[in-house]
Amino acid sequence: MTYLAKPRLHHPSLAANELGFTRRDYEGSVSTLCAGCGHDSISAAIIQACYDLNLPPHRLAKLSGIGCSSKTPDYFLGASHGFNTVHGRMPSVLTGANLANRELIYLGVSGDGDSASIGLGQFAHAIRRGVNMTYIVENNGVYGLTKGQFSATSDKGSKSKRGVENHDSAIDLVSLALQLGATFVARSFSGDKAQLAPLIRAALAHKGAAFIDCVSPCVQFNNHAGSTKSYDYVREHNEAVNRLDLISSRAPIHVDYEPGTTTTVTQHDGSVLALHKLAEHYDPTDRIAAMTYLAQRQALGEVVTGLLYVDPEADDLHNSLDTVTAPLNSLGSKELIPGSAMLAKINADLR
Amino acid sequence: MHPTRTEGPDYYHKVVDCQWACPAHTPVPEYIRLIAEGRYSDAYMINWKSNVFPGVLGRTCDRPCEPACRRGRVEDEPVAICRLKRVAADNKDDISSRLPPPAASRNGKRIALVGAGPAALTVARDLAPLGYDLVLYDGDAKAGGMIRSQIPRFRLPEEVIDEEVGYITGLGMEMRLGQRVDSLKDLLAENYDAVFVGTGAPRGRDLDLPGREEARANIHVGIDWLSSVSFGHIDRIGRRVIVLGGGNTAMDCCRTSRRLGGEDVKVVVRSGFEEMKASPWEKEDALHEDIPILNFRVPKAFTHDNGKLTGVVFEVVEAQYDDKGRRRLMPSGEPDEHYPCDDVLVAVGQENSFPWIERDIGLEFNEWDMPKVDEVTFQSTRSGVFFGGDAAFGPKNIIWAVAQGHDAAVSIHRYCQGEDVQDRPPPGFSLTSQKMGIHEWSYDNDISNDARFRVPQRDKVESLKDVRLEVELGFDAGLGFSEAQRCLNCDVQTVFAEPLCIECDACVDICPVDCITFTEDGEEEDLRGRLNAPSLHLDQDLLVSDKLKTGRVLVKDEDVCLHCGLCAERCPTGAWDMQRFTLEMTHATSMTGGGACQNR
Repeated sequence: MTYLAKPRLHHPSLAANELGFTRRDYEGSVSTLCAGCGHDSISAAIIQACYDLNLPPHRLAKLSGIGCSSKTPDYFLGASHGFNTVHGRMPSVLTGANLANRELIYLGVSGDGDSASIGLGQFAHAIRRGVNMTYIVENNGVYGLTKGQFSATSDKGSKSKRGVENHDSAIDLVSLALQLGATFVARSFSGDKAQLAPLIRAALAHKGAAFIDCVSPCVQFNNHAGSTKSYDYVREHNEAVNRLDLISSRAPIHVDYEPGTTTTVTQHDGSVLALHKLAEHYDPTDRIAAMTYLAQRQALGEVVTGLLYVDPEADDLHNSLDTVTAPLNSLGSKELIPGSAMLAKINADLR
Repeated sequence: MHPTRTEGPDYYHKVVDCQWACPAHTPVPEYIRLIAEGRYSDAYMINWKSNVFPGVLGRTCDRPCEPACRRGRVEDEPVAICRLKRVAADNKDDISSRLPPPAASRNGKRIALVGAGPAALTVARDLAPLGYDLVLYDGDAKAGGMIRSQIPRFRLPEEVIDEEVGYITGLGMEMRLGQRVDSLKDLLAENYDAVFVGTGAPRGRDLDLPGREEARANIHVGIDWLSSVSFGHIDRIGRRVIVLGGGNTAMDCCRTSRRLGGEDVKVVVRSGFEEMKASPWEKEDALHEDIPILNFRVPKAFTHDNGKLTGVVFEVVEAQYDDKGRRRLMPSGEPDEHYPCDDVLVAVGQENSFPWIERDIGLEFNEWDMPKVDEVTFQSTRSGVFFGGDAAFGPKNIIWAVAQGHDAAVSIHRYCQGEDVQDRPPPGFSLTSQKMGIHEWSYDNDISNDARFRVPQRDKVESLKDVRLEVELGFDAGLGFSEAQRCLNCDVQTVFAEPLCIECDACVDICPVDCITFTEDGEEEDLRGRLNAPSLHLDQDLLVSDKLKTGRVLVKDEDVCLHCGLCAERCPTGAWDMQRFTLEMTHATSMTGGGACQNR
């Protein structure tokens, strides 16, 4: 941790994106997390993804709950909208905000405590309703802010820093998200930004509930031998099924891999995801197969990462509710007070 | 790539670009920090040890450090290193008690120093405290050499010269001023144990053009004329003056002319404005004093009427480049131009001149009629005769003369003690952690965002009235502090310890200039192509670690590292540490061990 603001000076070749912003323009205030916290790497990946996507910072809303992870929205996208909610209630506030203004891009940032314990119900319902959002859980398997108790995602049999063994079963948020109908599900690792940043880009571009479980070691309380969320453990057991290389909108795709090793997924809006396959026969559009594969690998103690599932035909809550296409704040009195004739018509329909 | 070898003095020294570029290797960031702390005397003494003339150089140095300054690579302008040096000199307390004490005993060796300019004075300063009997000869009435004779007073007041020359002569030496040495043979006959020649490059080049002879009364050789002005022999010049030449002497000539009655003063130069030899800031100062600089004009003839100069004719040329990129000045085809004037100052270069050195005394000269001098020891082919400053390798600047003086003094000391002059002790160095607490360092790592501050100048109308009135007023303490804070502390090094690294990426994420990369190993060219930020300067080193746990290596491009220490603050395991690099140059006074060099 540092108390100093990052100097304004930057590399002379730092480039601006299509909007004229440099990557540094997407930063926030300086992080107050512990030195070496995986969460800071995730923040850096979010910054990179938003820069790459040419996102206008003021068109994005970042929402979070409580915890180390939920502090991080202060450390990126300093010019975006933000809402720090009550513990575990981020999904509801995000859902409400999304219903009110469907034109913003929603990024929910949460942790294993915030989403797998106090907010598990909220998490489940936002996912199953298909709220158009990117939901990132910065998963370190420990309550870092309260000094190292096991969290609900700590694996059974893993050990705390003091050597105590965890006897509770772990909640696997990826399996839950798949079961609950998330249309974009990925897992990644804070120590692998090359994998993580493209996943965040794709998730932000995905229309529907996109969920990323990002293993993020807690250097202070969960980076020891016996932990299954340490840098060493994750690196040793990381089984990436694919690498997301390219996200383009209708542009021709050139990928340099051997034929047959690349899968392309064209999404509803025409954007194309190019995936370099690492696990043979893995089909990221087959939800049932993904759940099976995940369960099998998990039983072997592996941490499966990559884009695990994407529904190319995904749709969102607004579509199922058939809501008005404009943000509510843009509606005038003409639309909001349609007059007595319209009221009479509605009443007649209800008779 | 092999892991970078950082063991010797060179790797980290090179990272301190300013210190590396300074011929005397002055520890620039160190004294700038002391200025920021208000410890002006300490800052001055660090300079005094390295470059001998901090007050003089703080006004006149050619500043090789500034183009090298890292700040100039991340921002428009470097730190005003030169003028900060002056802040230390202007604000210091009485430092006389900190000067070396007279030698406790004489060592019985007599050394003659010919010419009392910056090179010889440096030799004298280094040798006097060791007990040598030194005899300084100079043709002028006062010591200082070109510092006194050629630099105009409005840039360098006489008091500053007197003070800093005085610190040296006060160490105890015999001054034979006004005594020009006419024969080296005769001098050698006086049985000195060694002779140092620091006679500079005293001859100004002339221009042998039609009309030169006829109009000679109003055509002056620049450095001679400047010297006459400095010594008070000349105090007027014509109303219309043309200065020929584009170096710093030309700039001094034109600005001096403006103060001695020259109202219509112009500089005319053969080359293009950009390629002129004068330092950019000196050109700027001339332009500021309403002196136009006309480029691409080659003088053809002096016009005259009845033995009185009337003007200069110029051919207008243009630059053409051949396949190898070499520039040639070709006639442009435009008609010749005639500029009327009352006086011409010729400042087209200066050269060495050794009419007083006999060619039969075992001291060989090369094809350019320069003495053959060893580039490391500064010894000539006649043992015991050493050269330094402009006399050794032609005209350069004061700071080079000082650096060469230090090296020559080492040689003379070893020579007089009967030791091999080629065998020179390497410089000492050290690395010291600057960690004071969890997020505390012994240096201020909160980098200032300020742009370079301008040095306040005296009002132009007032300045132009008096050739002895210093134009620059210098930074005051406040400005000096603010400018000092721009320094990036490049001597506080990022030192990496592989075994501690857990590859968490924290340093990569926080680095404001993206200079850290964890990647697969490869050859240098390949690695440079895979860094997080493009590698822009191939002369800047890469710090490459040994293999890490994942098999990758850490690569740090030293190029634009801000030395802000955020990598170390973010590092959970202390794999990064900020360590101050100090370099102890080998001076005659600092040599230890080796039997004879016992004076410490």
